[in-house]
Amino acid sequence: MSVKSSFNKKNDRGETGGVTVKRGLAQMLKGGVIMDVVTPEHAMIAEESGAVAVMALERVPADIRAKGGVARMSDPGMIKEIIRSVSIPVMAKCRIGHFVEAQILQAIGVDYIDESEVLTPADEMYHVNKHDFKIPFVCGCRNLGEALRRIGEGAAMIRTKGEAGTGDVVEAVRHARTVLGDIRRLQVMPNEELMTYAKEIGAPYELVKETKESGRLPVVNFAAGGIATPADAALMMQLGMDGIFVGSGIFKSADPASRAKAIVEATAHYQNPEILAKVSENLGEPMVGISVRSLSDSEQLAVRGW
Amino acid sequence: MKVGVLALQGAFREHVKILHRIGVEGIEVRLPEDLEGLEGLIIPGGESTTMGKLAVNYNLMEPLRNFASEKAVWGICAGMIFMAKEIGMNQPLLGLMDIVVERNAFGRQADSFKTTLNIPVLNNGYCKPFPAVFIRAPKLSSVKEPAQVIANLPDGTAVAAQQGKWLVTSFHPELTEDLRFHHYFLKLI
Repeated sequence: MSVKSSFNKKNDRGETGGVTVKRGLAQMLKGGVIMDVVTPEHAMIAEESGAVAVMALERVPADIRAKGGVARMSDPGMIKEIIRSVSIPVMAKCRIGHFVEAQILQAIGVDYIDESEVLTPADEMYHVNKHDFKIPFVCGCRNLGEALRRIGEGAAMIRTKGEAGTGDVVEAVRHARTVLGDIRRLQVMPNEELMTYAKEIGAPYELVKETKESGRLPVVNFAAGGIATPADAALMMQLGMDGIFVGSGIFKSADPASRAKAIVEATAHYQNPEILAKVSENLGEPMVGISVRSLSDSEQLAVRGW
Repeated sequence: MKVGVLALQGAFREHVKILHRIGVEGIEVRLPEDLEGLEGLIIPGGESTTMGKLAVNYNLMEPLRNFASEKAVWGICAGMIFMAKEIGMNQPLLGLMDIVVERNAFGRQADSFKTTLNIPVLNNGYCKPFPAVFIRAPKLSSVKEPAQVIANLPDGTAVAAQQGKWLVTSFHPELTEDLRFHHYFLKLI
């Protein structure tokens, strides 16, 4: 256990791995687009298109879905090549509860770890204790209770789960509306109801209280899972999300570079329909979608996580 | 008084909130016409490559340079990179200040750090250290006249500079509760 519980909380310049710098990096990514990439070439296209960060992985979620089997952390050698190819932050995914994959990702120098339901969970009871790590984590959620449990475990950034690899935005919308709606209801709740509410949603009381007082999650909250068009990105921003993850939506489309740039511009100018119309023109075919309604329960990734 | 915050991407909301606390109206700037009627501009932290591309694509480069020729501008982290004349990498720059900036100069996220700095320009006779948060931060590798270094790390690394009404910091005052840097910037207006 000593491996995971002891990181050096100082370097010769100051305190490292503290909450402010972990949450702070996510704050700097706000209003931006984080793109899934599988090769250094993809990563360079993403950076050139204006991505604020890339998520390095072996297969985009649509291909993970198609291939089936067990999806694991990507080859560290491949992640390192992507790190070398761009100047923007690089994120990578570990399986839910797989703290050794997380240790490996930290050791090779990734900037953020996504403890992700897109990979096959390694633990069906417990998530990684993210306080044990010097680098920050992002985790998926479907509602306020799940978001605050992950933050309680040390997540420095939250995203909706949506339904990855489908190109169907409906679940991302559902999860965004649920989290933001839960917060709106919490804000008008009298204080004497908070403890029971915390019990009901399975969230730490202190974080429930903090969320009520500030009217927002204590960390940055991005949209993810099914975003395929500039309009999808702007929809999530108008609903109140802080930024966008695009997984399969870019590199499974006909013209990734143009689509990537269009989604970046739509995320920045999400309140401007004229710009949204202009950037949506002539992008070629989007990724081939799968309607979430056509998926059986066992094919849905969002139910993973506890 | 109205002060703009460049809102193409990054931590613009934090600055708007702090300006509001101080009693100044913070205006989000995304297009050239948004600069109208503003008396100063904050270029927040974020990804400098993303901001630069969006500024080029939406014709903000010349309007921003014109604005800066008369008004106070403060660049934080990515904003410091954007205001530099030279960074040794190929990306869009406003090229305002006589500084050379090195991106990600302290390493990757694992090396991001928090410390306190003594910043003489913020102190009126007494010495209260300023909390400084560095996130994948850049540093000033060279500062030429008329630009002046106004803050250093203990090892001598330059991390803040001023040139007339222009201010740059490697670190993020908006992530702390200390508003002295915001007040200092507002005094330059």
